[in-house]
Amino acid sequence: MSGNTDKHKEAFREEANELLTELETALLELEETPGNEELIGRVFRAMHTIKGSGAMFGFDDIAAFTHEVETVFDLVRNGKMVVTKKLIDLTLSARDQIRAMLNPDSGEPVDVVLSGEIIAAFRNFIPGRSGEKGPGDSPAVDSKAQAVDGAAAKAPEVTYRIRFRPVQDIFATGTNPLGILTEIKGLGNSRIVAQTRDIPLLGEINPEECYTYWDIILTTNQGINAVKDTCIFIEDSCELKIDVIDDGGSLDQEDSYKKLGEILIERGDLSADDLRKVLDAQKRIGEMLVSSGIVGPGQVEAALVEQKHVKGIRKERQASEAISSIRVPSDKLDRLVDLVGELVTVQARLSQFSATQKEAALVTIAEEVERLTAELRDNTMNIRMLPIGTTFSKFKRLVRDLSNELGKEIEMTTDGAETELDKTVIEKLNDPLVHLIRNSIDHGIEMPEAREAAGKPRLGTVHLSAVHSGAYVLIRIKDDGAGLDTEAIRARAIDRGLIAADAELAEKDLFALILAPGFSTARTVTNVSGRGVGMDVVKQAIDSLRGQIEISSRKGEGSTITLKLPLTLAIIEGLLVKIAEDFFVFPLSAVEECVELTREDAAKAHGRNLANVRNRIIPYIRLRERFAIGGELPAIEQIVIVGTEGSRVGFVVDNVIGEHQTVIKSLGKFYRKVEGVSGATILGDGTVALILDIPKLLKMAETDEQISFS
Amino acid sequence: MSVAGITETTQYLTFKLDEEVFALDITKVREVLDFTTVTKVPQTPEFMRGVINLRGSVVPVVDMRLKFGMSRTEKTVHTCIIIAEITIDSETAVLGALADSVQEVMDLEPDSIEPAPKIGARLNTEFIRGMGKRDSNFIMILDIDRIFSADELSIVQDAGKETAAN
Repeated sequence: MSGNTDKHKEAFREEANELLTELETALLELEETPGNEELIGRVFRAMHTIKGSGAMFGFDDIAAFTHEVETVFDLVRNGKMVVTKKLIDLTLSARDQIRAMLNPDSGEPVDVVLSGEIIAAFRNFIPGRSGEKGPGDSPAVDSKAQAVDGAAAKAPEVTYRIRFRPVQDIFATGTNPLGILTEIKGLGNSRIVAQTRDIPLLGEINPEECYTYWDIILTTNQGINAVKDTCIFIEDSCELKIDVIDDGGSLDQEDSYKKLGEILIERGDLSADDLRKVLDAQKRIGEMLVSSGIVGPGQVEAALVEQKHVKGIRKERQASEAISSIRVPSDKLDRLVDLVGELVTVQARLSQFSATQKEAALVTIAEEVERLTAELRDNTMNIRMLPIGTTFSKFKRLVRDLSNELGKEIEMTTDGAETELDKTVIEKLNDPLVHLIRNSIDHGIEMPEAREAAGKPRLGTVHLSAVHSGAYVLIRIKDDGAGLDTEAIRARAIDRGLIAADAELAEKDLFALILAPGFSTARTVTNVSGRGVGMDVVKQAIDSLRGQIEISSRKGEGSTITLKLPLTLAIIEGLLVKIAEDFFVFPLSAVEECVELTREDAAKAHGRNLANVRNRIIPYIRLRERFAIGGELPAIEQIVIVGTEGSRVGFVVDNVIGEHQTVIKSLGKFYRKVEGVSGATILGDGTVALILDIPKLLKMAETDEQISFS
Repeated sequence: MSVAGITETTQYLTFKLDEEVFALDITKVREVLDFTTVTKVPQTPEFMRGVINLRGSVVPVVDMRLKFGMSRTEKTVHTCIIIAEITIDSETAVLGALADSVQEVMDLEPDSIEPAPKIGARLNTEFIRGMGKRDSNFIMILDIDRIFSADELSIVQDAGKETAAN
């Protein structure tokens, strides 16, 4: 039984940790939009659930503590208090405290004094009641609060169709219709289409009159009166027509919204007869209506927008009703991926074998298996994909805390939080991202005064974005700070002997220097230009994910760091090559082309490892020499040309076999330190091939040359 | 005259390197395979023969003869790979060890095991848990965890660097 309790406690911990993350996100968003009732509701619900479940599973301290926070947010929710920065600060520290109570073995013991202080501070928030309540007060898990809570949070979202048409001389009253539109926009999710059909020809325009009217589709839970209130001051000088087009009720079987023609008829822009007439000519309804001149393109657009909007809203609602998920321990998932990996290997063997047998039936089966395996593989990989957004919200907190600490004013914006990445990639990405964002805040963005002096807004921005690009995900950290100081980097690089004093370097290559190990410790550079602190650590982490780093920067305008990461770590497309009896795999994503290298070609270069490929010089590395593999050289060798970090380099191998679905296996503990090889894979015939670590090989070759010529 | 840590009758797998008989605690041995193709990993010491495919896992193989200063193991019909589970830094790893031939599984009483002599064995005594006796022959009982302990593994790293620097 006690084992069972432990299990429940563990489940509670897990749940509560998730809720705390959710709470943090909601709080940070709330700080930006303090009046947002939905967010307040989210904060309250998170607290409420933690309190309730906490009491149930014997975390009485957490329940008691959370109760205080919940009480304050109950007041906020009922409109008796407003959200202030102080409240957010306090709630964030309370959140941290709950986390500490929840995970007692992680880090230092729970600071009871701090708990007391936080509780006292919360009580001070409550008007007319400051701290008279004893700390022993046990929280009551009242089902009533829960019910009320549910009702408040779930005020139905209604979608309205609004036509807002100010009288032509509206400007004369000093009213700007845009203000009203902005206000309507603030009520909820809206789409606005301006109707410009009535604007006369340029010669006839009276600039002091308003010819435009607007069709607005608004989804809000604030009720129709809130919408009407926006126009309260110009009630007499505008035409305001509001219709409910979606009442937010439960979804019936009909999942499509009204047809375009119906919408236009409902709006009075079109009569049913006209519609029927036009429908006879079979073109797209919108085009037909426009070309027949009955309705203008603007009106059609507005109707289309309405259709799209309501469809979107309904789909969203349906999605939230339909999504159900199950929690699976990640090791089970890992095992599944392993098994699929093995299946892919066996399937490759089957395909290879069937190709040698002239048995039509076998070939058919092998192809079927190949197709299914590919699908299974993609699906399995997909299960491991998580949206990167969870990490993003963590960084919001980091930015907030760090900028407070440094006295800087920094806002973090994010983009593409829904971009999905392999779970392991996301986990390993956390530290480098923290590092990069820290760098941006610490060294990139200037103090508010300095920014003002430079003619920039006081508020600095760190923009974090993620976007898919083929088999890669690009993650960008962009700031509008001081940028990198190329001269300082150059000086430091020369100082450290990384480049020659007269070396001409492209800006990109120069920036890449800050990734060099040891560059980080260069305090002088750090002070002058920022950046460089532990960038080699970031590079290492990204390398281990088989990713790439690109840096661009403009002095005075900011820097952008782009991380290019593969979607998954478990399986890659590879190019299988052979040297003597050994097989190697190049990650196909790096390979640009393969060319032949004959003995004559090699002789023409006078022993230098340079090849002429379509009049471009490509340096190459002989893998046979690098790996000390013996054996006869074939008459014609192959150069596999890879593109890395802007340059093209060739690797000479005996033979290029072809593409290979590469299931990546670790070489294990014993070969962890081996350089130039990133892993192994099992070939169709059961032998092992090594996966080449291209960036490492290049680096090793560069180092060797430097040593031998210095 | 028994060895500390060996208090019970234990079963050992005996195998030959050259003409000498060695033994491994049977609980450490997972299976014995025929010699298969070993893929060499570049820039590693010679005694690290490479990796094999063990039903979908990549397992490193070491040449015990090279490790103990004998000549390289040549492939014969008797050559085997002993798959052993070893513990490094409290983590379990699987490793294949080349042996010229595998002999038998035998019981050894704690009484019949003596500590390894400090001299005369021509082996790093740290690698030997004890010396067993069987008839008139010695059996060297290996401490396989120790052989591939963290210290030893750093050699892999250094050797890799040396090769790279050349």
